[in-house]
Amino acid sequence: MGETGKHGTGQASARTRRELLWVAGTVALGGVLPRLAVHPAAATPASMKSAIAAVIGEATLNAGRVKLEIPPLVENGNTVACAVAVESPMTASDYVKAIHVFNEKNPQPNVISVKLGPRAGRAAIATRIRLSDTQTVTAIAEMSDGSFWSHSVEVVITLGACLEDPL
Amino acid sequence: MARALIKVSPNPRRGEIIEIKTLISHEMETGFRHSNTGAAIPRDIITTFVATYNGEEIFSAQLFPAIAANPFLTFYTIAKDSGTLEFRWTGDNGYAVSEQVKIAVE
Repeated sequence: MGETGKHGTGQASARTRRELLWVAGTVALGGVLPRLAVHPAAATPASMKSAIAAVIGEATLNAGRVKLEIPPLVENGNTVACAVAVESPMTASDYVKAIHVFNEKNPQPNVISVKLGPRAGRAAIATRIRLSDTQTVTAIAEMSDGSFWSHSVEVVITLGACLEDPL
Repeated sequence: MARALIKVSPNPRRGEIIEIKTLISHEMETGFRHSNTGAAIPRDIITTFVATYNGEEIFSAQLFPAIAANPFLTFYTIAKDSGTLEFRWTGDNGYAVSEQVKIAVE
């Protein structure tokens, strides 16, 4: 009888411990989730697609006429030289209206959007961008006739633009 | 203190395509980073850049956090008349800087 009683209390305490662990686990998980929520979801190929769709709408994206120059292997993602050149006569009737650059895996899919006109003479831009990870970068040119042309480059990053630590 | 550097040929020929290089000192804080204490660092970037040539807009750019610190931009324009090139950068927290360059077209 005494033993059974002991056994009973042992079971009870085990159950309590299990419940305690379960509660502790839930609390810990609950603690982690809001922290995860603080970090914005990284851009995915899908979000890049939707960002591109927001720019081009229903139009089709053609390959060619655009040349995105970006080094294929980058050591430091904090500063990546990026140049876009578009083949266009840049006359009053046939010119490049806009150039957009998108990325796949940064927190936001947009990189830069520029507006040009026939006054530019040459449809080319150069800038320096941040890349958080090895990913594909896409440049899109919007022509005056409403067509869209693109070029994508796969870039390998050894040290991504750091999102967590202050410089 | 914002400091902007502009590089443009001062005496282009009429009709020549000139290259304009601009660089401005700005941290371009992305808003995605956290400090040592875990607090989110608020976004502070330049969002818009506009270049005008004698008052006419020749180039504009919308910048995102993916632009590296100290935004550098190269673009082109056709030298038409002598006059002023004006560059304006605007951004978060009321950031607004403008810079002018005079060119004399031969």
